[in-house]
Amino acid sequence: MQAIKRKKQKERIIENFFLICAFVAVVSVFAITVFVFYNGIKPFVSNSYPLWDFLTGVEWRPGSNMYGIFYMIVGSVLATFGAILIGVPVAIFTAVYISELAGSRIGKVIRFAVELLAGIPSVLYGVFGLGIIVPYVLKISPNAQGESLLATIMVLAIMILPTVVSISETSISVVPKEYREGSYALGASKIQTIFKVVLPAARSGIMTGVILGIGRAIGETMAVMLVCGNPIAGIPTSLFDQIRPLTTNIALEMGYASGVHQELLYSTGVVLFIFIMIINLAVNKLVKAKVGS
Amino acid sequence: MSKSLKKVLVALLVGATVLTLAGCGSSGSTTATTSTNKDAISGEINGGGSTSVQKVIDAAGAEFTALNPDAKFTYSGTGSSDGIKGATAGTYSFGCASRDLKAEEKGSLTELIFAFDGIAVVVNPANTVTNLTTEQVGKIYMGEITNWNEVGGADSPIVVVSREDGSGTRGAFEELVKFEEKLKPDATIKEGNGNVQTTVAGNANAIGYVSLTFVDKTVTAIDVDSVKATVDNVKNKTYKISRPFLAVYDQSKVDDATLAFLDFLMTTEGQAIVEDNGGISAV
Repeated sequence: MQAIKRKKQKERIIENFFLICAFVAVVSVFAITVFVFYNGIKPFVSNSYPLWDFLTGVEWRPGSNMYGIFYMIVGSVLATFGAILIGVPVAIFTAVYISELAGSRIGKVIRFAVELLAGIPSVLYGVFGLGIIVPYVLKISPNAQGESLLATIMVLAIMILPTVVSISETSISVVPKEYREGSYALGASKIQTIFKVVLPAARSGIMTGVILGIGRAIGETMAVMLVCGNPIAGIPTSLFDQIRPLTTNIALEMGYASGVHQELLYSTGVVLFIFIMIINLAVNKLVKAKVGS
Repeated sequence: MSKSLKKVLVALLVGATVLTLAGCGSSGSTTATTSTNKDAISGEINGGGSTSVQKVIDAAGAEFTALNPDAKFTYSGTGSSDGIKGATAGTYSFGCASRDLKAEEKGSLTELIFAFDGIAVVVNPANTVTNLTTEQVGKIYMGEITNWNEVGGADSPIVVVSREDGSGTRGAFEELVKFEEKLKPDATIKEGNGNVQTTVAGNANAIGYVSLTFVDKTVTAIDVDSVKATVDNVKNKTYKISRPFLAVYDQSKVDDATLAFLDFLMTTEGQAIVEDNGGISAV
């Protein structure tokens, strides 16, 4: 009797220990959210800077009390969109190749390379971009510098590959074999089967990968900071214009800022946070839809 | 199974307790040792701030800890404003700034000028321009001069490279060249002296500015108002783009080890280290 009781008690202690561990994540996300929002909303509540000017301004000159982030929002969105446009097709075709077409050996090699790509620290992507991509862009650019929207898009397109490839590959590989066999039985070729049967069946999984890729692209900081140019004003109108994404604005100046300047950097973080939350909600919805069907 | 789990738990708890105790011990021991033994300097000196002074301060710190093996020295290059903030808050035992303090930053801080620095205007080695007036540099940074042929160079656009807002070097440069808050909108912004240098080295049309201590063979420092950017010229005050290196600390929070280090910095030996690392002696 006593032994059973002791055993139960022990079980409960261990259970609680696990609960505490699980709480670390919850407490962290809560603390970060509250901290960023509290500091980021302050300047608008205390009227030290008008929200409208902040969201629609196109010039960032802290010394002259000009804090407009509209051109940064445009820059972030364009860079992300461009990265998706280039990166996603490449990633999906890679995933298709690995899971449908490649032999097991070459598939393994490609998968290994993609996994390795995921593990490279982002600052190294930036160094690669600055050393290889920026000088190349400079050669074809009508502008005099190579730091540009185009360079940013190219770095980001490579960076989102691992995320999109691995999630797409997983969802392609769980498409039931019978689907493919049914398609072949109707006389479809391998490529026809992939495009008409396999990809549509894996659609929701691939979309999840794409949205996570968007999240990665919009949130990337270190690599982008080295290749985007970070100008203090100006909405980009061509691929060769420089951009200053929301993330690099925070990273560049947080160490130096004080007062309203610092608070408005938190506000930049809030805007970024809202973007990321929208993306996460979209992922959740997609995953749910997948389970439902 | 359950026994081994218990062991792990106990080990974790013991580990945590030891860590907590160790934490308490190290923070308390500084004052204890300095009060009992006045000859040896021990304790943690934890500075931070301007990246421009990093080379000088790191070298001085290494020498200081070699002389006083019981002292520990760290310096984090996080920017002038951060150094001042850290010194005020007490997170740094001293902060370094490569610009004069703003009125609102002064508070209860004590300032010590331990060196001077020049800011060099740098261009790509392929550039044929060797001299600019302060006014021309200002006009280039404001976007009034946009082609190298306007200042005697080749017919190619000028790529203006500047530093991030809040950088001590940028603040000092804008003030000394007199274009405060008028930087042209499409200037490329790079984080840190090293990045500016890399960018200028990689683009034949670029112009940038870096702390004199950073100039190396990959870029050319041009003459300003026909004065070469050299240590001697900063010292004899003929080179106009120069500024002080400050150490700041809060008199009420500072510990003996930090004061001893700052004293060391001002000795002949300390100033020699300043000079060896491209800084310019303050005494």
